[in-house]
Amino acid sequence: MNDYRITDGATGEAFLCHSDENLLAAMRRSGKGPIKTGCFGGGCGVCKVRILDGRYQAFKKMSKAHVSPEEEKQNIVLACCVRPLSNITLIKA
Amino acid sequence: MALNKTLRPGLIQMRVLDLDQTLDFYTNILGLNEVGRTEDGRVMLKGYDEFDHHSVTLRLADEAGLDYVAFKVDSPGTLESLKDATEAFGYPVDEVPANTNQPGFGKRYGFTICTGHRIELYADVEKAAQVPMTHNPHPWVEAPRGMRAQRFDHCLLYGPNIAEAERYFTEVLGMFAPEVCNTPEGNRFATWLTSGNKAHDIAFVEYEKPGKIHHLAFLLQDWNDIGNAADFIGRYSLKRDVGPTRHAITRGQTIYFWEPSGNRIETYCGGYTAYPDNPVRVWDVSEVGKGLFYYEGELIPSFLQVVT
Repeated sequence: MNDYRITDGATGEAFLCHSDENLLAAMRRSGKGPIKTGCFGGGCGVCKVRILDGRYQAFKKMSKAHVSPEEEKQNIVLACCVRPLSNITLIKA
Repeated sequence: MALNKTLRPGLIQMRVLDLDQTLDFYTNILGLNEVGRTEDGRVMLKGYDEFDHHSVTLRLADEAGLDYVAFKVDSPGTLESLKDATEAFGYPVDEVPANTNQPGFGKRYGFTICTGHRIELYADVEKAAQVPMTHNPHPWVEAPRGMRAQRFDHCLLYGPNIAEAERYFTEVLGMFAPEVCNTPEGNRFATWLTSGNKAHDIAFVEYEKPGKIHHLAFLLQDWNDIGNAADFIGRYSLKRDVGPTRHAITRGQTIYFWEPSGNRIETYCGGYTAYPDNPVRVWDVSEVGKGLFYYEGELIPSFLQVVT
């Protein structure tokens, strides 16, 4: 298991995320990051972020009420549904 | 116990993003029993202490949230008169024929109310294959699993113009509001509605976007079972929202968390005995934090802001 560095592109604040952990769980665990936590199920849309840099895997279906297919193409995701595959820079969407 | 012709919310259909994972939660963690599947792949579920065919259906969809909630009424005659009264109130009604998209259910009448929610009414439903005992009955037939949810209890919906929704449920369905919450201007911020002695069968919070659900709730036996539910939340890393705590509003004991598709679930017990002749309990919106979370004494932001 690797740890990746997740950086808030707006503030420069960073925290570590395990490779088998979703981005939102790491934010919650570290008490850092730009967004509030919600349902952790991809349903409520509270944890919407845009990935500016880095590779990631969306391992869980995200509600289309909150992330449209067009947004998904622009690297907009729900942080609870995404695991890191590299270091990542993101901002609140 | 119902005191009038509208008996209870007896059926709720929820949209889920991951059917297998969410079904595993409902059966193995919450403790409902799977009754079967519909031809189009929806799953029917019921609590171990419920008699009717099923009370919850899960539909795989691209968005989480509520499809509809249906109220059981006491007779086919009541059903027809409520259909007419609903149309007279101003909501166009459609008919879902018996035994179609909800196996075991008789004819249902459906309509969309001002808050954007589809509400349905029905009078007839078959009994489930496995029901609670009625002759020299044991408390349960098979040992309850997981959080030991007994039955579907109520739901809280978010949408616009809840004052009109309250008028529909009281004037047409004959329910009453034991408790309400008002803004400083005297407008409804929230209303809790019941058809009987339960503190609430359905509740509404004023919200700009239509058709949203805050939570659906299942009845547990007591405060010990709330602790048992909290153990399951910890063991299976479900995301907890609030509790275990107690509401001053309804006085219920509670814990809130999210199922794997992001719909909020409450497991609930207790609550006062509501009577239609008692005075209405009134909350100022400035005090609603304490009203919702009596031990914490303050609002928990995610509770009011996160809906599906």
